[in-house]
Amino acid sequence: MRDKEMTSPDVRIDETGATGVRPLLEIRDLAITFKTGSGEVKAVRNAHLTIMPGETVAIVGESGSGKSTTALAAIGLLPNNGKVSGGQILLDGEDIAHASEQRMIELRGNTIGMVPQDPMSNLNPVWKIGYQVRETLRANGRPSGPDDIAKVLSQAGLPDAKRRANQYPHEFSGGMRQRALIAIGLSCQPRLLIADEPTSALDVTVQRQILDHLETMTNELGTSVLLITHDLGLAAERADKVVVMYQGRVVEAGPSLELLRNPQHPYTKRLVESAPSLASRRIQVAKEQGVETADLLAPAAETVKPETFLQIQDLRKVYKLRSGLGKATDFAAVDGVSFDVRRGTTTAIVGESGSGKSTVAKMVLQLEKPTDGRILFDGVDTSALKPAELFKFRRRVQPIFQDPYGSLDPMYNIYRTIEEPLRVHKIGDQASREKKVRTLLDQVALPQSAMQRYPNELSGGQRQRVAIARALALDPEVIICDEAVSALDVLVQAQVLNLLADLQANLGLTYLFITHDLAVVRQIADHVCVMEKGRLVETGSTDEVFESPQQDYTKALLNAIPGAKLMLPPEVA
Amino acid sequence: MIRFILRRLLQVIPVFIGTTLLVYYMVFALPGDPIAALFGDRQPPQAVIDTLRSQYNLDQPFWVQYGLFLKNLFTFNLGNDFTGQPIAASLARVFPVTAMLAVEALAIQAIFGVAFGVFAGLRRGGWFDSTVLVASLVVIAVPTFVLGFVFQLVFGVQLGWAKPTVGANANWGTLLLPAVVLGLVSFAYVLRLTRASVSENMNADYVRTATAKGLSRPRVVLAHILRNSLIPVVTYLGANLGGLMGGAIVTEGIFNVPGVGNKLYQAVLRSEGPTIVSIVSVLVLVFVVANLLVDLLYAWLDPRIRYDQ
Repeated sequence: MRDKEMTSPDVRIDETGATGVRPLLEIRDLAITFKTGSGEVKAVRNAHLTIMPGETVAIVGESGSGKSTTALAAIGLLPNNGKVSGGQILLDGEDIAHASEQRMIELRGNTIGMVPQDPMSNLNPVWKIGYQVRETLRANGRPSGPDDIAKVLSQAGLPDAKRRANQYPHEFSGGMRQRALIAIGLSCQPRLLIADEPTSALDVTVQRQILDHLETMTNELGTSVLLITHDLGLAAERADKVVVMYQGRVVEAGPSLELLRNPQHPYTKRLVESAPSLASRRIQVAKEQGVETADLLAPAAETVKPETFLQIQDLRKVYKLRSGLGKATDFAAVDGVSFDVRRGTTTAIVGESGSGKSTVAKMVLQLEKPTDGRILFDGVDTSALKPAELFKFRRRVQPIFQDPYGSLDPMYNIYRTIEEPLRVHKIGDQASREKKVRTLLDQVALPQSAMQRYPNELSGGQRQRVAIARALALDPEVIICDEAVSALDVLVQAQVLNLLADLQANLGLTYLFITHDLAVVRQIADHVCVMEKGRLVETGSTDEVFESPQQDYTKALLNAIPGAKLMLPPEVA
Repeated sequence: MIRFILRRLLQVIPVFIGTTLLVYYMVFALPGDPIAALFGDRQPPQAVIDTLRSQYNLDQPFWVQYGLFLKNLFTFNLGNDFTGQPIAASLARVFPVTAMLAVEALAIQAIFGVAFGVFAGLRRGGWFDSTVLVASLVVIAVPTFVLGFVFQLVFGVQLGWAKPTVGANANWGTLLLPAVVLGLVSFAYVLRLTRASVSENMNADYVRTATAKGLSRPRVVLAHILRNSLIPVVTYLGANLGGLMGGAIVTEGIFNVPGVGNKLYQAVLRSEGPTIVSIVSVLVLVFVVANLLVDLLYAWLDPRIRYDQ
């Protein structure tokens, strides 16, 4: 098994600590165990890590690799069923692996700060922002007057901080909340800041601003940063050193660029290869399939008839927003969008949240009625469809949604989930439906044994495969993927993208791909439509848009991709 | 906020007319003649019956009776009941007693329910949690009249800690035992609600962040777990207050409390329309005000809830 090669890792533990300078944080031989229903699980084994004062170190790994667990142990916030079962966590020479809760309360905030992952859930919705800053300052014995609070907030880049301090979290945008959380994390000027995926929930352009600001602040204060991320590009761009974790172990560690250019461990190599950086091209599938390479290398549009399949004409969607006095104002979520999708190709709609890209997808799926404009599907205006025709239309256009946890019914087993569309559309009998489900499972590379399982017994990638199988059940011609791979880890994401590309090649599918992730676009799309605030700002073939973007907004989006400016060796690219 | 309160108070009008009309009609449609029942086995002279009938407007059609009732209500002249007592005076006697009982029961539920619930929720699976869960299940399973008689017997008669019945001298002390019985079932629900809510909120991301900020454990619990956990509990308590005011018939019966429940029960037995509808009118007001308070408390507990849109 693969596991075997992981157990003999070529760990390059960094020992750059020059004589005389003591590391701020040193993790030695750390082991963390979780008590679960089925016995003890070792989440982290033999983890090593050194952070010098003022240094930024990133831990990279997929979910379940133990990266967050390691960081949480350093601030004494392991979940109740977890405990440090071996090794040391030395903070400035003091072992805090088993420190008393009282000691940890002294250290938290003051010496070790934290910026958590999800800005939506990490601020208490019932307290004002200012209050949440004030209690931090107070708990750590610092001045906590209105001016001190405003100062902390404005240092984190929050404009108009005095007024903002009086608002509640729900009155803040995601980026502003993350700034508030950074303000809280750094308010007591800790010597070490643990930043756990601090921007993974934000749009790329906001992500970049926030990370830039965080970097400036920590440089000014001389704070050491332990950055947790699943994104190797981001880690290499922001950190001095990178530590790669896999299945609870540190498999490789070293200076960022060196590690990226010359990865030693097989897992790191795979991670570097599938990092959705700008360099990756649409031929990944081809590379792996050898013989068929030539066919696949030819543009997909030429292997299938390049007819226009889906025409979006001047599409508009206006929502009525109610203001305080009961007057309704119009808000155009989608404003005059036109583009064509050709049969057998992939068109990506790119934009930040609020750009209207998902609204377009919903209108194409006939889940929302357009206010204005037409959607022609195979030459027919979809708004004129009668209920019976609409039912037939749904058979030909299927969606795959972002969240594989939310889009599968937890009470349905996998067989029932995939079979349901067939039953709804009254296709075949019991036996032929079962045969179809088996074929579909083969197509998405899931074992037949998965049929009897339930969604909670599958991993995120497997669930998304189930969602794909369900979408394919009706032999649709168009599949609309609304952020279909955004919730997945990098390696799983690459697998699912490969699967989608394979299916397109074999079944001649047409994809409309909604995403905020330009790196994914590069890998899968033939055409790109860039949306900003409800308008289409740029369209073109993927190569055109990536190589010579015309609009400032597109350039900003491209620049914001983490790792975009890193130099990679050609064989990796 | 003021607009919201005004709008809510205006809603009282249709609710009030609807409920009183319904109740009045149900009393009107009850089989049997209330005047005949008044005289028991004796057969009064027809003239007396007719006089009584016109005195209580019983000879009028339904709509006229109801209209006269409303008119009297708005002129604060509730009239007399069938025993000749002014209804207003008897309401003034029974409502304070029930209000005292309800407030005492509510306080017991809220204070002990929330406190026990928080402790159980924080240490889910611990001995306190397990004990309290089983005990609360027993309390929920045993009907109030059984619980009432057992408490009366054990604490009132055998141990002598409290007076077994309340009778005429209703005060906070004598009402404590019935209040405990009355509050016990809801106490169990409040406890379970708080426990579930607390143990769910304990794992919220913002609680972990609060701990990471360096806050002490009690602060984290009070400011970040408790307040967020109270939202479902407050809904339940608010809805319960209305029930406590009107529905204490069993408990008031066992402990002989001269309250609304008792009065209502007797009025129903005698088909005394005016008394029943008067009590119901007051209860409607209590319900509406209690719900309004719950909504205001909501907005205070959760600032995301805004009523002015």
